[in-house]
Amino acid sequence: METIAMPAINFAAIMPETILSVIAMALLLINVFVPSEQKAYLGYLSLIGIVVTFFTVIGGWGTPQEGFNGSVMQDNFALFFKGIFLVSAALSILISDQYMKREECNHGELYPLILLATCGMMLMASGTDLMTIFLGLELLSVSLYVLAGFQRDSLKSNEAGLKYFLLGAFSTGFLLYGMALIYGATGTTRIAAIASYVAQNSLAGSNLMLLIGMVLMAVGFSFKIAAAPFHMWTPDVYEGAPTPMTAFMSVGPKAAGFAAFVRVFVIALPTLRADWADLLWVLAVLTMTVGNITALYQKNIKRMLAYSSIAHAGYVLVGFVAGNAVGTAGIMFYMLSYAFMNIGAFAIIVLVGKKGEPNNNVEDYAGFGFKHPLLAVCMSIFLFSLAGIPPAAGFIGKFYLFSGAIQAGYIWLAIIGVLNSAASVYYYLRVMVFMYMKDPVEEFDWLKVSPAIALCLIIAVAGVLIPGIVPGYLLELAQKAVLL
Amino acid sequence: MVSLHSYLILSAILFSIGTIGVLTRRNAIVIFMCVELMLNAVNLTFVAFSRYLGNVDGQIFVFFVMTVAACEAAVGLALMIAFFKNKESIDVEDVNLLKW
Amino acid sequence: MFDNVWLIPLFPLIGFLINGLFGKAIKEEKVIGGIGALMVFCSFVVASMTLFKMISLPGHERVHNVTLFTWIKSGTFQADIAFLIDPLSCVMLMVVTGVGFLIHVYSIGYMHGEEGFYRFFAYLNLFTFSMLLLVMGNNLLLMFVGWEGVGLCSYLLIGYYFHKKSAGDAGKKAFVMNRVGDFGFLLGLFTLYWYMGSKHGIWTIQFTELAKHAELYPVGGVVTALTLFFFLGATGKSAQIPLYTWLPDAMEGPTPVSALIHAATMVTAGVYMIGRMNFLFIKAPETMMVVAIIGAATALFAATIGTAQNDIKRVLAYSTVSQLGYMFLAMGVGAFAAGIFHLMTHAFFKACLFLGSGAVIHSMHHALHHAHSHDDPQDMRNMGGLKSKMPMTFLTFLLATIAIAGIPGFAGFFSKDEILWQAFANPHHGTLNFALWGCGAIAAGLTAFYMFRLVFMTFFGDCRINPKCKDHLHESPMVIVFPLIVLAFLSVVGGYIGMPKIIGELLGGIPNYFEHFLAPVFEFSEEYVKSQAHATAHHSLVLEWGLMGVSVVIALVGISIAFVLYIASPSLPAKFTAAFPALHRAVYNKWYIDELYDFLFVNPCKALGNFLWKGFDVVVVDGIVDGVGKSVLGISAALKNLQSGYVHNYALSMALGVVVIIAFYLFR
Repeated sequence: METIAMPAINFAAIMPETILSVIAMALLLINVFVPSEQKAYLGYLSLIGIVVTFFTVIGGWGTPQEGFNGSVMQDNFALFFKGIFLVSAALSILISDQYMKREECNHGELYPLILLATCGMMLMASGTDLMTIFLGLELLSVSLYVLAGFQRDSLKSNEAGLKYFLLGAFSTGFLLYGMALIYGATGTTRIAAIASYVAQNSLAGSNLMLLIGMVLMAVGFSFKIAAAPFHMWTPDVYEGAPTPMTAFMSVGPKAAGFAAFVRVFVIALPTLRADWADLLWVLAVLTMTVGNITALYQKNIKRMLAYSSIAHAGYVLVGFVAGNAVGTAGIMFYMLSYAFMNIGAFAIIVLVGKKGEPNNNVEDYAGFGFKHPLLAVCMSIFLFSLAGIPPAAGFIGKFYLFSGAIQAGYIWLAIIGVLNSAASVYYYLRVMVFMYMKDPVEEFDWLKVSPAIALCLIIAVAGVLIPGIVPGYLLELAQKAVLL
Repeated sequence: MVSLHSYLILSAILFSIGTIGVLTRRNAIVIFMCVELMLNAVNLTFVAFSRYLGNVDGQIFVFFVMTVAACEAAVGLALMIAFFKNKESIDVEDVNLLKW
Repeated sequence: MFDNVWLIPLFPLIGFLINGLFGKAIKEEKVIGGIGALMVFCSFVVASMTLFKMISLPGHERVHNVTLFTWIKSGTFQADIAFLIDPLSCVMLMVVTGVGFLIHVYSIGYMHGEEGFYRFFAYLNLFTFSMLLLVMGNNLLLMFVGWEGVGLCSYLLIGYYFHKKSAGDAGKKAFVMNRVGDFGFLLGLFTLYWYMGSKHGIWTIQFTELAKHAELYPVGGVVTALTLFFFLGATGKSAQIPLYTWLPDAMEGPTPVSALIHAATMVTAGVYMIGRMNFLFIKAPETMMVVAIIGAATALFAATIGTAQNDIKRVLAYSTVSQLGYMFLAMGVGAFAAGIFHLMTHAFFKACLFLGSGAVIHSMHHALHHAHSHDDPQDMRNMGGLKSKMPMTFLTFLLATIAIAGIPGFAGFFSKDEILWQAFANPHHGTLNFALWGCGAIAAGLTAFYMFRLVFMTFFGDCRINPKCKDHLHESPMVIVFPLIVLAFLSVVGGYIGMPKIIGELLGGIPNYFEHFLAPVFEFSEEYVKSQAHATAHHSLVLEWGLMGVSVVIALVGISIAFVLYIASPSLPAKFTAAFPALHRAVYNKWYIDELYDFLFVNPCKALGNFLWKGFDVVVVDGIVDGVGKSVLGISAALKNLQSGYVHNYALSMALGVVVIIAFYLFR
């Protein structure tokens, strides 16, 4: 009798994904039985799921697991990013309930969708096959389309979801075409095999199909990380989406995009480095500059943070261009601290907003510092960190990104980065000027801090300040996770 | 015998038609159909390569793409319906509340 | 071994966080003050345990590096959060936490009812935390963090009564002068790091590492330069010539602050820093000479000013500057242990004096307030005869005064005399030694004079206060008196752990415990000095006894003059002033140093600043900056308009991007 050889499945390699998706499915079922005013319990359950998953992530540290015939690989690189995704998901969930209740939109599907999106990100981070990466990306994107348009009755949210969907699907076309061309040029979709094929047949630089495939993939990933000129969707979607989802979307998917971007380009196409480094150089400069300059003029604070997030993608691209250990560790460090500072800032925005968020402009923060000093201090810490002012984590992250670029010889890129960073101080500090130097117009008496948001703020402040003051430990972790 | 080149050129043309459709059409559903056209052009490329290389990976990829496209269609149409309920239009010229 | 030392700085930090974040909500003074004092007491307990453990170890095992974790790492540069636990830091820990605790307790009584009570304790705890970092840090950068931290707290606390303009100005002055010094500290740090790295490949700023390679430093040259930089930092923080003028002004802060920060701990940071890096300074004879001269000159100069001040706290402030001068003199003549010893005894008696003066001011203030009098509660001319009103304050104050005056048997005598003897007998400065000793001895006489002048004017004679207020003068509560008693006790007995050798031998072979305890820290310097064969000098015992006698006589003369002038015939000072009006005016106005600095530095800087502001900045720089800013904003407005809100425009942008990039690769 002929035996059927089992393919090399190794569930340890997708343990976090498995747990999260099982919990997400279970929550979808439980949701049916939970009355609408108690949907917060689903949030607690999903937080428990995230914590459990986080422990498996910690437990997996240092022991790389390959599974599914080499199409996923859970190494330190993937684990570090999974940590970032889980942190951003947890923080976003913490700020969701209060917001959704206020907007009368507390549907229980929110939490499973966040978990599934997180699951997609994780697959992107650990995928070592173009197919896995594509599937992860789509799982993420489809969940996010729904999350962006989650407030069914709000036209803004509808619009955000629709725009995100149309443009996202459009960019998927480019990404897929790129993958197809690479497959055609090398005959495989495994990224390690692509690298060895390119090296053996010395295709680098000469093979047009490979080159165009690479460009199209870069375009697809650039859309996800919101790099100019593929960033246009970002401000509209961020502004229209429910604020907690904006927070989620501005961190996790971006980090996931970078994880996949880095893995594919560094592992599969190292021989084309000279080609893609040029491209990314230009993209980095364009992204930083467009993001920062446009942010200067913004009045809506969510929109301003959207442009700021574009600019931050530019800074991170600088570390990517550098391509050395310092720069790559800088990417990871930066994305993690960005999770804390950005979601923290959005938590404050959630608190300040009224129903329907008619008061999301920078002017509406006038005198906030006098009415709620503690919250204003938190906001200031986040803004300082975003602006890259020590002793916040944002400073250390930027420092490593730029020093990576300098070490790799990209002096000009670092200079442009620093100049941009200096320009960005203007719009971050403008918020602080309004908070502390203008007389209060409003009483801010509608503002109530729920325990969940308080917890989120505490975690975020700690996550910004502790790595900012003592970055050593985290940097060491990031350095151990570098893919080189 | 149709050569690989012909397939590739055909799929490139289909892809371009899809792209131009996205850029020029104003109805959200039509735009989405154009995106589908782009995806199917890619599928054609995959299958052609798969046949040419004698390697099934490409065809497996096509299955996944088709599955994903179906999911996207479901979500996308739902989003369009939600939008339509509020605005009574799915013309992208009307999807213009968020700007600047 | 010393695994739990991280608790020492942690406690005050917790206190700071609690009081800083929730103090306003707590409101209850007892709770706030209790938390503040308790946290420092906890540190004190841990520090004491550390000290006992340290004493039980043999001499050569007394230097420990406790690394908590890596703080910053970049290429060859590494700085850890690491604590250096050795005899020197143990002594400092005891002083900071012990005296600090007493002053926290005192503050509960002194600051009672003040607006922003919680703010005061939060700052005080933050100060303690920073000071502990400064003392315990095992690398220059961590020390610098503490160094800046104490400077910040000093600034905040000097300006505690910020609605008073003079307080705000004094805070700013202290900050600016300290920044001048900090600049020197940083230059020294960079030079040292760069030199050791580029010359010897040792990229480190860790004290234990630097000390390990002490033989590598050349004599003079670059080491002179960098030690001078560090010394500049020390002059700023420790109020030495030329950067001392901020300290008297710093008396604008509440009195406990003057006691803790501007007498006992922060201002001694410069002395500690030199002691910590003695292995560098010993290799730079020129720097040693500069340190000794500046120290001796400051000791004498500040003492002269102290003789003519009428504000009780200002007298003590100049006295502090003068005593710090002694410590630097000790450092400059290579008597590191003696300098640290004087640092410790000075912390006891000067804290006692400040707290005592605080008690007097407190009482005066209340009495004057009662009678709606606007007399200055700090002016000694309004005091007198307080002896009977405040007996405990008087007694403790008197003991501390005797200690600082250098009367045998009290703490100040042992430490000061050791310094004077070393100034005379050290092998470093040749013929200069006599001048150094002379300055020190005269300053000692002046010290005795002005301190007893202060005591006589305040506590003896007739009560010159507004008669209406007389009955409202009374002794302070226990919470204020208790720290005074402890500190007075220490000022009396604190000296016996560090008796000079000759006295110890006379008393039956009691060794100088203090010097022995510190020996491992200064071992390298001692060995190095011994190895310079020509430098050994022998002096007879007779000479040492003789000099000791001379300094005691000088002190007694100073006291007698004070007695004659202010008790026996109180009309004499006025006659004296009338006879030498110019001299009195000069001394009274602090030798016009502030005016000189104003003329030399402040006014030219202001003028330059004004010119740069109105001429250059407003027209040229603002023109350019505003121009750039406006054009960037213009671009911003234009770019914003690209974001039309139409999906097809966004898609077009993407498609164009793709086309351009592909075209670039096709046609390059």
